[in-house]
Amino acid sequence: MTGNMHLGVEEPIRECQYNQICTHNSSPMDTPHTKKRKSKRKWQVFPGRNRFYCNGRIMMAKQTGVFYLTMVLILVTSGLFFAFDCPFLASNLTPAIPAIGGVLFVFVMGMLLRASFSDPGVLPRATPEEAADIERQIDATNGPSGPGYRPPPRTREVLINGQTVKLKYCFTCKIFRPPRASHCSLCDNCVERFDHHCPWVGNCVGRRNYRFFYLFILSLSFLTLFIFAFVITHVILRSNRTGFLSALKDSPICVFLDGCTVLEVVVCFFSVWSIVGLSGFHTYLISSNQTTNEDIKGSWSSKRGKGNYNPYSYGNFITNCCAALCGPLPPSLIDRRGFVQPDTPQPAAQTNGTGACPPNQVQSHMCAQDQCIQSTKFVLQAATNPLLHSQPIILGGGPTLQAKSSLGGPCSTLTPSQPSLPSSIPGLTCGGELLALRDSEIHCHHHLHHQHFISPEETPSPPAALPCATHLGHHVHPAQLFNPVSQDSLHEDSVRGLVKLSSV
Amino acid sequence: MAETHSLQDLRQAAVASKVFVQRDYTSGTICKFQTKFPAELESRIDKQQFEETMQTLNNLYAEAEKLGGRSYLEGCLACLTAYTIFLCMETHYEKVLKKIAKYIQEQNEKIFAPLGLLLTDPIERGLRVVSFPTSKHHAGRSVPWLDCH
Repeated sequence: MTGNMHLGVEEPIRECQYNQICTHNSSPMDTPHTKKRKSKRKWQVFPGRNRFYCNGRIMMAKQTGVFYLTMVLILVTSGLFFAFDCPFLASNLTPAIPAIGGVLFVFVMGMLLRASFSDPGVLPRATPEEAADIERQIDATNGPSGPGYRPPPRTREVLINGQTVKLKYCFTCKIFRPPRASHCSLCDNCVERFDHHCPWVGNCVGRRNYRFFYLFILSLSFLTLFIFAFVITHVILRSNRTGFLSALKDSPICVFLDGCTVLEVVVCFFSVWSIVGLSGFHTYLISSNQTTNEDIKGSWSSKRGKGNYNPYSYGNFITNCCAALCGPLPPSLIDRRGFVQPDTPQPAAQTNGTGACPPNQVQSHMCAQDQCIQSTKFVLQAATNPLLHSQPIILGGGPTLQAKSSLGGPCSTLTPSQPSLPSSIPGLTCGGELLALRDSEIHCHHHLHHQHFISPEETPSPPAALPCATHLGHHVHPAQLFNPVSQDSLHEDSVRGLVKLSSV
Repeated sequence: MAETHSLQDLRQAAVASKVFVQRDYTSGTICKFQTKFPAELESRIDKQQFEETMQTLNNLYAEAEKLGGRSYLEGCLACLTAYTIFLCMETHYEKVLKKIAKYIQEQNEKIFAPLGLLLTDPIERGLRVVSFPTSKHHAGRSVPWLDCH
């Protein structure tokens, strides 16, 4: 494929010859642009479970149904207010009412879109070298493990402002999470200063978009109170003129207007309780510089013990508020619109971009190569053996897959037959709770709980292998590939090596 | 074909290595890197030089994340304009990041390249590590393990 050949900058031509072998295959990740574009943008090879729009400018979670509901609720309620209540109020009271309402509405929508579309502070996954370096350091600390021994969960302790904080190792992203970072199981990313995953906003709320989220709920509280108050005012004023309207009482227009009013009142009533409550809660969190995560777990609660305090707090609530809302806005660390460089190592969980030829066809080849190189360390320790020669997993080639299954195998053995099931459940549960409007706060926490219950127990192989699976396509059948490994001790070494690196 | 390819890679791999300097979280979540001199670089670079470079980087990042009058002003102004102001101008953080990139480039040219080292900009690694590839075979065939053992 000449279109891909020119990208072999530093790579020998044989790389692209491999390309020729597997060009006829295509994975689900393939986009129509791949054949025309010369190189991919980073968002196209992003390993998390996010959705990107407008060529990487917009970033959202995978499940966006509830976000559209939020939009519809706000637009419909505001629309009804401006269409039916404002003319009356403007003429009978003051035109400032629609003006203020308009400003509030624009601000609410702006903040909502900003919170939904921006990168919450996703931490990019570790490159293979980083992952191996960390692995090495952990091995040095823990000591060698015997076959079949599951190493203990990896944590590092660090002293921050006098408090001992545990840094956990993320098996999916292959990094030690910075303090206050957490892994969102819905989006499958580690997010800095993770607050919660908000389905109403359709995105995680983290370091980079917390202030937008907070301003959104704050302004929405004002907007709902505003609409609620003035709709009630409208109804009261109108009922004072019952005499005038009684003649028209049964006309369809009146009935329709009544219906709209009732709808607005109902939506606003429930929203007021939930949104205002949520704003109050987040105001408290901001003033004490905690995340929803930390508050729910009671990380800095004095109940945990004497001398337990929040090491991140600046001391007084004004500084905390200013820091959260007016502090410097850090840039996105994932550079979604940048181009994938041919010589840049790609993140560990997604080993498909290292090659010079970005199209997916060669990615399976690269995955096998990297995995094999990693596991070879263990194999070399055992003995040299012909299994060092890794065969790229060529999609669609049945016999070839079978022949060199041992080291090429792990790539496919990690192919999950299901996507990470636990993390998809909250999404479903959330969808089911659409109607309980007044429980939005609980929803956000609900997701948090799920995220919490899932991430410590998250079985590493499905999430880690998911990117592997996606670029391998779904053509690989795990069963036929995992054959003689268990019977050969050398195979065991290599598999153990791979298992160690990519899972527990 | 695949066979010889791999073996050659392994040999090449043994030559290339990377040293990673991790973040220092003792002051909280601010961006700060450890200034402890890694053992792998002992023979390659002067300890003083390394620490000076790391300290300068830490200072620059501290400047980017500093809470002060300027950042508050920028934040308030941005809020009032519904954050549309960032369509026209860069944030303070971004400006400092450019400064850091320039500094790293200078350091590489003046100090590290003659020693056969290369300091990568931490922003490319998610502000997680400062890496020093220590081989001249800096290629896509990045090897996941170090040759130190």
